[in-house]
Amino acid sequence: MEKEKTLKIEKIKKGTVIDHIPVGRALKVLKILNIEGDIGQTVSIAIHVKSQKLGLKDVIKIEERILDSSELNKIALIAGGATISIVEDYDIVNKFEVEIPNEFSGIIKCSNPKCITNSNERVKSRFVTVSKKPLILKCHYCEREMEGEEIEENII
Amino acid sequence: MWLNKDIVSIGDFSKEEILEVLERSENMVSYAKTGHPEKPLRDKIVATLFFEPSTRTRLSFESAAMRMGAGILGFGALESTSVVKGETLIDTVRIVESYSDVIVIRHPMEGAARLASEFAQVPVINAGDGAGQHPTQTLLDLFTIKRELGKLDNICVGIMGDLKYGRTVHSLSKALSLFKIDLHLISPETLKMPKHILKDISTKIKVQEHEDLEEIVQDLDVLYVTRIQKERFPDPEEYKKVAGSYYLKTSHLQKAKKSLIIMHPLPRVDEIPVEIDNYPQARYFKQAAYGVPVRMAILDLILRGE
Ligand SMILES: [Zn+2]
Repeated sequence: MEKEKTLKIEKIKKGTVIDHIPVGRALKVLKILNIEGDIGQTVSIAIHVKSQKLGLKDVIKIEERILDSSELNKIALIAGGATISIVEDYDIVNKFEVEIPNEFSGIIKCSNPKCITNSNERVKSRFVTVSKKPLILKCHYCEREMEGEEIEENII
Repeated sequence: MWLNKDIVSIGDFSKEEILEVLERSENMVSYAKTGHPEKPLRDKIVATLFFEPSTRTRLSFESAAMRMGAGILGFGALESTSVVKGETLIDTVRIVESYSDVIVIRHPMEGAARLASEFAQVPVINAGDGAGQHPTQTLLDLFTIKRELGKLDNICVGIMGDLKYGRTVHSLSKALSLFKIDLHLISPETLKMPKHILKDISTKIKVQEHEDLEEIVQDLDVLYVTRIQKERFPDPEEYKKVAGSYYLKTSHLQKAKKSLIIMHPLPRVDEIPVEIDNYPQARYFKQAAYGVPVRMAILDLILRGE
């Protein structure tokens, strides 16, 4: 137990820490960030971690890599409330909560079965954020709007 | 500004742009009968790619192109299966763009025209994408109101029928919300306007929902009727009962203003009985005819920029 605890809270020298991820979403977050296989740096993933704020949460630490905020903001779609800490020399130099981007592509599939993005065309889904609270997304192609559970169910 | 502009969704147009199209359409009305004497588009080729059948829309575009002196090539729904043979839309568009100056596209998938416009070097006009957008229909609807009534502001418009699935009425209501209009939506409970559209237009204009045309017919300047489709009702008896109460009757017209104009995107089935065709208020055939001058104006704007 002691060992596990150290692993979770171990500080990194340089990199990006993504904290307060809703429990069970860590792997989806990695997918959105295109982190798969061996990326040549240490990536620590903690799933089902006790948190005072959330009860349970997931945490990801990516060493040596400073992810840019436009990339990180995409995770807000599936991990609203996640906080990002940018670490340099064991110090947090920047900390922020992810914010839903105004426009993005991929991540979510359009819920409209008749949408061209759900056909055999080589095209990625693309959305415009109509409202952040509540979250309403509009498909750039078919212009259908999605909200609530519909968004959750269509995470790629 | 207009040169090479894609015409994909009415949402891409500002009020000023809509008014400019309508004004130019006005100039084309007489040429829609005789042909434009200068044949301003004589060096241009209009490609019409119809991946699903819509003969009237295709004929209207082709007539508009010919009246402007342009050449036409393309295919209809029957041919499209053999022409395209599993080829992607993107590839088809890339090939056809080298044969033409503008691509008019009708496709069963929503968003197809937007996608085509992102790949084509030439401008793309959306002639209807499934249940999605059909901007030239909306423009010709607005043109009909403006021309037949003389104005688009300070009027009372009723839209009746299937307001849930009917794409024409969604685009039309959004476009109408740019003007000073009192909008009345008349439909059965099950086919009411989707909430997100209603919310959007209600922030701009006054909108009231009704279940019975009787409640409001006397106030209307425009009545836009749409078809209620059988497919929306699992029970044919239920369909008959519901759809029947949204048929226009001559008794409605006795109550209505003399200046009322009745519109319909056509084809109609039973929702407007043929005896109404003879009433001066019936304008749906004129409305269909206005498709030509409006499309002439649009072709001219995007191919010549003027
Ligand atoms: Zn879509």
